Amino acid sequence: MDQIILEAKGVSKYFHDPITVKVLTDVNFSINRGDFVSVIGKSGCGKSTLLYILSTMDTDYSGHIIIDGETMRDKNEADLARVRNEKIGFVFQFHYLLNEFSVLKNVMLPGLKLGKYSVKEIEHRAYEKLKILGIESEALKKPNQVSGGQKQRIAIARALINDPLILMGDEPTGNLDKKNSEIVFDIFKELAEVYNQSLLIVTHDNEFALRTDRIIEMEDGRIISV
Amino acid sequence: MNFRLLVSISGSLLLARLKQTIVAAVGVTFSITMFVTLLSFMSGLNDLLDGLIVNRTAHIRLYNEIKPSDFQPINLSASFKSYHNFISSVKPKKERLQIYNNAVIMDFLKADQRVSGIAPKITTQVFYNVASIDLSGVINGIDVEAENKLFLFQDYVTDGNYIDLKNTPNSIILGKGLAAKILANIGDIIQITTAKGERMQLKVVGYFQSGLQDIDNAQSYASINTTQKLLGESGTYITDIQIKLKDIALAPELAKEYQKLFDLDAIDIQTANSQFETGSSVRTLISYSVGITLLIVAGFGIYNILNMMIYEKMDSIAILKATGFSGKDVNQIFIGIALTIGIFGGILGLILGFGLSVAIDHIPFNTAALPTIKTYPINYNPRFYMIGAVFSIVTTYFAGYFPSRKASKIDPVIIIRGK
Repeated sequence: MDQIILEAKGVSKYFHDPITVKVLTDVNFSINRGDFVSVIGKSGCGKSTLLYILSTMDTDYSGHIIIDGETMRDKNEADLARVRNEKIGFVFQFHYLLNEFSVLKNVMLPGLKLGKYSVKEIEHRAYEKLKILGIESEALKKPNQVSGGQKQRIAIARALINDPLILMGDEPTGNLDKKNSEIVFDIFKELAEVYNQSLLIVTHDNEFALRTDRIIEMEDGRIISV
Repeated sequence: MNFRLLVSISGSLLLARLKQTIVAAVGVTFSITMFVTLLSFMSGLNDLLDGLIVNRTAHIRLYNEIKPSDFQPINLSASFKSYHNFISSVKPKKERLQIYNNAVIMDFLKADQRVSGIAPKITTQVFYNVASIDLSGVINGIDVEAENKLFLFQDYVTDGNYIDLKNTPNSIILGKGLAAKILANIGDIIQITTAKGERMQLKVVGYFQSGLQDIDNAQSYASINTTQKLLGESGTYITDIQIKLKDIALAPELAKEYQKLFDLDAIDIQTANSQFETGSSVRTLISYSVGITLLIVAGFGIYNILNMMIYEKMDSIAILKATGFSGKDVNQIFIGIALTIGIFGGILGLILGFGLSVAIDHIPFNTAALPTIKTYPINYNPRFYMIGAVFSIVTTYFAGYFPSRKASKIDPVIIIRGK
């Protein structure tokens, strides 16, 4: 059960513009399958930066990121895209749904990209994810016809479509009111407990963090407690 | 699977900006329409003008020219071979215009596989006598049937029947301008005088109109037999052999060959009418440059619209990349959009271009100079459509290439963090 799925080894990062600033200093930690981890820290401490490095979207860092036993260091852009597609689900502060497509198609897109299942199968799976999140009745609407809380849930469904190793969130409740934040947290909790989904959530909401299994606290680009 | 997915995303983005897409496609349509029409029209016009000359000119003409001999007797003398010989006051030698032994030459030419047909001809200077006035001119003695077969003689006979020239003894077909000058109607008898002073009366059986004023005002046609009688020559007398080839490009080469073989002068159509080829190629060049300019302008339109679309869809591109679409996929999505605009705009342009060509083809165009032309000329060469199709795809591809590359390089982190 204690299988390591994500590991950071000596990760450092600099911002060079306008002056060189060290934003991450020798970050080391690992996440096991099924962990529900939150990352907290003050604004500007580098927690989002760390998350983007972990998600493989930011490749300008030193050190090693190991996902599912493979280092991300020597992969090219297309391979990294494949890793993101297959192994990482992402939920942002903003939902980033494509208004051109229906809710269902939005959820299906990463699955279609992966191409592991037939279109029918992906559609079926997308419905199941929407059902877990309690919004299957909105499936055929356009994203701009549903409420903000529902949008965020659709984004979570999209992140889950390929059964990722880990679900990452960058302040996923940051734009939501109390009630909707509660719903999203409950969903995360359910995913972790019922479906054994690993989660790594960056937040500045301490109340949210306290209810997760594990808290990583950051300050000035370093991890101060794991 | 991946391809179909990218196509469906391209399609959705296109439909989301339907108005702009249509504007871009209309740009391509318009330019392809104009490109095809312009080239068809210009090429039709070229063919028409070339036809004026090419259809009525032999590819090779064999004749005897009166000129000074290339070899003077002294050049043949062995003892002066190594000298520079200066001879002054050289005169043309007396030479008859008749082609000797022409029956054998014609039989030989008929058997030559490269030759599509030959027509013998006599050209002679005459005076048309009107009351006390003599108008100078030229009579072409022709083999009526051969002339019609090779040079479409009947197309230029605007009044009367061309074959009467053969069937009516001592008949003549006058140039339209000439007939007006000497007030000769069909059925009238006119009198002519040859250069040697012989007089003869000929019956007018028709008018011809070549489109070239100089010819119509001075020339006329008679049958070969009539002309021989007029000149007091035997039935073997001819001055020119006109040759049409299967491949006009061989003319200069064959002219040289025949010149050597028959010991006659030979001139090919390219040498005789080089100005026409120059005119045609310059006109073609101009139409191509205008057409291609139109396409490039349309290309800039597509470039603009795609650039705008990419700025608008920054978020969508970022999320696509965050959820596992690679830069290459994003690139293909936008190239797909550009090509869709290019292909649909292009196909519509080809259809409209064809339609516009047909419309122009039906506009009446009557000019006294061109009796056989009733409407504006159009050349429906499939090559123009091919070029148009290829160009519409190539320009839209390049118009899409740079915005697509930009889209593929978008860093999702910057956009997502920027929120």
